[in-house]
Amino acid sequence: MAEVTLVEAGRLAVLQEMRRDPTVWVLGEDVGRGGLWGQYRGLIDEFGPERIVSTPISESTIMGAGLGAALVGTRPIIEMRIFDFVMCAMDELVNQIAKVRYMFGGQAKPAVVVRTPHGMWRNSAAQHSQMLEAWFAHLPGVVVVAPSNAEDEAGLLVSAIRSDDPVLFFDPKDHWLVPGKIADGEIAAIPFGKARHARQGDALTIVTWSAIVPNVLAAADQLASEGIKVDVLDLRTIWPWDQDAVAASLSRTKRLLVVHEAVEVGGFGAEVIATMIDRLGPSGLKVAKRLGAPRIPVPFAPPLENEVRISPARIVAAAKAAMA
Amino acid sequence: MATAGGTPAAAGDNLKRLTDLYRMMVRIRTFEETALEAYKAGEIPGPLHVSFGQEAIPAGVCASLRHDDRLTSNHRGHGHALAKGADAATMYLELYGREGGYCRGKGGSMHIADFSVGMLGANGVVGGGLPIAVGAAQGLKLLKSAAIAVCMFGDGATNRGPFLEALNWAAIYTLPVLFVCEDNGVAAHTETRTVTAGEGPAARANAIGVPAVTIDGNDALVVEETVARLVADIRAGRGPRMMHAKTYRWTGHTATDAAAWRDPKEVEAAKQRCPIARLKAVLIERGLAPSALDEISAAARTEMQSGRTAAHTAPWPGIPSAFEDVQDVGAVHG
Repeated sequence: MAEVTLVEAGRLAVLQEMRRDPTVWVLGEDVGRGGLWGQYRGLIDEFGPERIVSTPISESTIMGAGLGAALVGTRPIIEMRIFDFVMCAMDELVNQIAKVRYMFGGQAKPAVVVRTPHGMWRNSAAQHSQMLEAWFAHLPGVVVVAPSNAEDEAGLLVSAIRSDDPVLFFDPKDHWLVPGKIADGEIAAIPFGKARHARQGDALTIVTWSAIVPNVLAAADQLASEGIKVDVLDLRTIWPWDQDAVAASLSRTKRLLVVHEAVEVGGFGAEVIATMIDRLGPSGLKVAKRLGAPRIPVPFAPPLENEVRISPARIVAAAKAAMA
Repeated sequence: MATAGGTPAAAGDNLKRLTDLYRMMVRIRTFEETALEAYKAGEIPGPLHVSFGQEAIPAGVCASLRHDDRLTSNHRGHGHALAKGADAATMYLELYGREGGYCRGKGGSMHIADFSVGMLGANGVVGGGLPIAVGAAQGLKLLKSAAIAVCMFGDGATNRGPFLEALNWAAIYTLPVLFVCEDNGVAAHTETRTVTAGEGPAARANAIGVPAVTIDGNDALVVEETVARLVADIRAGRGPRMMHAKTYRWTGHTATDAAAWRDPKEVEAAKQRCPIARLKAVLIERGLAPSALDEISAAARTEMQSGRTAAHTAPWPGIPSAFEDVQDVGAVHG
């Protein structure tokens, strides 16, 4: 195993896939200089400016050109710099990329990866901190991937690049520099729709994903130190998502808590709970709770931003409430 | 602006090429007439945008294209698809939403696509094809293909951001793209000149760095000659070009829009500049027998009527197909 940061794990996945497949290329702002976060550091030296394409700040065309290039048989990685800027390219993502295969009766193969770092990051305020993954789970036609750690970042990115479906790939930008371990040699693809069983226990099932996962694990470890063992499932991908794993866990625990960094109202946690109630029936669940952010934009000042963050202490409290 | 038959290049044209150009324009006109009749008879659901009066542009553009050149289109795209080589009967099946249509009944008039002839799709969003076209050109360049991309859009699209972005993009990467602005003077229900500052589409393109020329888009020979020259530049690796072709939309925005706000005299004047009648006069002057012209019209009527009849009687798509071609992974129900 090699110890690498999350950002380096993603870079190695891109490097591996670009060496494997000459039709894979990257377009986005500053990618020739390595990308805003170093996700593409040095790749231009090996692949040149035709495959590591630094673009103008033209989000609509970064997104739409990626689609056009996919329609002629290439596999672009569309780097969107910071997720909030995807808003500038919503027509190209929602009306074009997500629709062309269906709308043209299967003629189109929009094999793009839309790579987009999301979530809170060092007091970046309302336009650089959002998590809106639930919007895209709601959107037919796309895969939605939201890893939490270096190993999953690498393995899921390999799957995303090889996928014929368009993939919205949310990098957890607050954790770029968190070290993790990836296997030596070839990075294996991690399939979509398979949760990671991050902690084992029978007291409660906690379902979570993306940047909040480390806080959930810290909470689980604290609960374990108090003698309460909870099951933690990191979904890793929220469309498709691992309903079987969640249901199997709930068959033991009967108690569900969903934790996400995104706003709680209308969040994907509601979908998880509704699906499990449908699947397990009214007697299959004793408790179903969710914990997400209040419905306010992400504020700037650290003490205000902390009101939006879901701390391990809050997760511990929510878990205990769900078990009461 | 040059006039029909008056350009030096036109003088050297052989009769067969001009006849082919004429045939395509008549097919487009007849396709639209037949579609509008069917729509008014209640046979076609959904919105229908027809292109009476604009036929010279798609016919003249596609005359210089190869089979593997790619084209993106807009909501008024029936003529673009036909000119790029799509099959009229399969288009009618799609307009009717029937089994066997280009999109298996999932797209309709606004989303006709035929990837087998390089037609990458009509688009229901004004300007939606611009970023896609430059990306197609970039992909073709990466694959070392000799094919080019062509983007058909209207005057209304020049007020959207993607117009600026895509032209700049094509210029900085020296991409093989032909931008074709079909300027019919009206953006949906508003005269474009009343909502547009500056000197117009060609001035905007030139300012961005995409060489552009304004022509009479109702003169098929001028369209064809201009495109031949621009496409030669593009194929020689000189980067993108734009043709701004001025024309006039005889009908309203959609099949249900009478465009009653327009002065009828303006519409009548536009019909006097009918691109088909103008090319017909040239062909007669050059000695094509009137019977040959009649045969072209009759063949187009037969083709389109048989397409309409077949589509009207074709089965609806099977219901399970509504759940196909969404995506490979993830169930369509929760």
